[in-house]
Amino acid sequence: MKRNFRRVPFRGLCALVLGLLCFAPEARADLTLDITKGNPQPLPIALPNFLGLGNDGQVGAQVTQVVSADLERSGLFKPLDPRAFIQDPAALSGTPRFADWKLINAQALVTGMVAAQPDGHLRIDFRLWDVLGGTQMAGFSYNTPVQNWRSVAHIIADAIYKRITGENGYFNTRIVYIAESGPAQRRIKRLAIMDQDGFNNKALTDGRALVLTPRFSPSSQEITYLSYARGVPQVFMFNIETGQQEVLGQFPGMTFAPRFSPDGNKVIFSLSGGANSQIFTQDLRTRKVTQITSSAAIDTGPSYSPDGNQITFESDRGGTQQVYVMNGDGSNQHRISFGPGRYATPVWSPRGDLIAFTKQEGGNFSIGVMQPDGQRERILTSGFLVEGPTWAPNGRVLMYFKQTPSNASGSGDSTRLYSIDLTGGNEREVVTPQDGSDPAWSPLLQ
Amino acid sequence: MRIKILGLMAAMTVLAACDTTPTATNTGAGTAAATTPTAPATSLSDELKTQVGDRVLFAFDKSDISPEAKAILTRQAAFMQKYPSATFTIEGHCDARGTREYNLALGERRATSAKNGLVALGVAAGRLQTISYGKERPAVVGNNDAAYAQNRRAVTVVN
Repeated sequence: MKRNFRRVPFRGLCALVLGLLCFAPEARADLTLDITKGNPQPLPIALPNFLGLGNDGQVGAQVTQVVSADLERSGLFKPLDPRAFIQDPAALSGTPRFADWKLINAQALVTGMVAAQPDGHLRIDFRLWDVLGGTQMAGFSYNTPVQNWRSVAHIIADAIYKRITGENGYFNTRIVYIAESGPAQRRIKRLAIMDQDGFNNKALTDGRALVLTPRFSPSSQEITYLSYARGVPQVFMFNIETGQQEVLGQFPGMTFAPRFSPDGNKVIFSLSGGANSQIFTQDLRTRKVTQITSSAAIDTGPSYSPDGNQITFESDRGGTQQVYVMNGDGSNQHRISFGPGRYATPVWSPRGDLIAFTKQEGGNFSIGVMQPDGQRERILTSGFLVEGPTWAPNGRVLMYFKQTPSNASGSGDSTRLYSIDLTGGNEREVVTPQDGSDPAWSPLLQ
Repeated sequence: MRIKILGLMAAMTVLAACDTTPTATNTGAGTAAATTPTAPATSLSDELKTQVGDRVLFAFDKSDISPEAKAILTRQAAFMQKYPSATFTIEGHCDARGTREYNLALGERRATSAKNGLVALGVAAGRLQTISYGKERPAVVGNNDAAYAQNRRAVTVVN
């Protein structure tokens, strides 16, 4: 999985700033300043096929398609129909004829080329242009093994996203999730992994053991999850590179709800004592186990703040499931959810500013967010069953799973992955070959 | 059809129990079951299911034992005294109207509640194991209250 990119510094940092100023300021304000309200008008962007030089096959066009699809799915960009293009893409190796792109209302233009290198690598260049300002906003060149072209396309999409929104992208990421098949009473569940756009989907376990709730390590090289592989539910670790599966440790009861600490050195999880469940950590280097909560209730779903100093979790100590926050050592446990209904599965945003949750009220489920002090609760989506939010690494997009119930004759039941913008807009299915649940978003890959 | 599936699950549980908790009593029962897969366990388990009642049901998000459940546990305890060498696993389950991780904990709480009921009725705690399946193994498929009620259960299975 080692990737080999040579990044040539981009030109025109000043042009970038000017370019941003030249963009429609309202649109930019929506993208960068107000992530809680409304849905910005998607930015019209032209993406003519990258020129193929040498013997690159169709890679140039494919790279463009991946970049375009990433930007379109974000809901922040509107790739323009290539049939409207005036300037011949074949003539785009130099500075574009901006007037031609202005005429079709493109605000941004992406040009690029792919060239096969003598050593079998590909060289992929791209430039992002501000059409109205007539300037280059960004330009990069990548040298990569041929099989990594998709990753480079995602990296290019991330670079465009960052230049225009001012925020990090999330396209060069992966999703680990549970692929589901078979009837409800004997559901087969496998660990599966894919790129965030659904490509390169791959099952990691064979389905013999029931597996649930996978989560990435900060390095994206390991997954912690729950498995019944040894008969009882236990927290396991999966090494993506080696395929090795290993139980976290021996405990006197069910271990579940695992998640890595932000530094990757610990796993935090629940250990059941029968009637109650408490939160523990295990240091992965020293194997030292530390008890964090000691209540007579079900304490579970722990998730660290990005600085590792605090933990959010759910507990029914007050009678029903509610979201709590405490310090990393278990001190200062306090409830933060006070709305009607039950609150579960809290997950701290990678930005640190919000906690996402699943809410259950009046027979419906919702995905929502609130501040770590419990203020400004906002519901993003609701349905028969929506559960288990996970954050994109930039904290702008969430993914979760949604179950559509069976009809009166008992068919049509499905469980699928969806992504949604933090604004609550742009809900999209993340297409998987089979039913999917329990998604977890990786950090931005290096 | 349902009986057959439950029989399969019981057999799986026996193997699992023998994998993970190699205590003296369990090893005995597990080995016997492993070499003669169905014969003794099936008749016991048939008796438990058809004559005694193998499961108790719970209210939504609850784990306390109702009077109906107490009556079933009383019969189960008598059955267990009748076969003093048999050991059992109590499987805790939830309906689909809860979140996954909480339901794992709630299933364990229900199984423990049933186990405690049996222990209070004189069954040795060492003969009873618990396992939670959360909302992963519904007994009845369906998105209605009747199905949910059947799925909120603790099922006693012969090891």
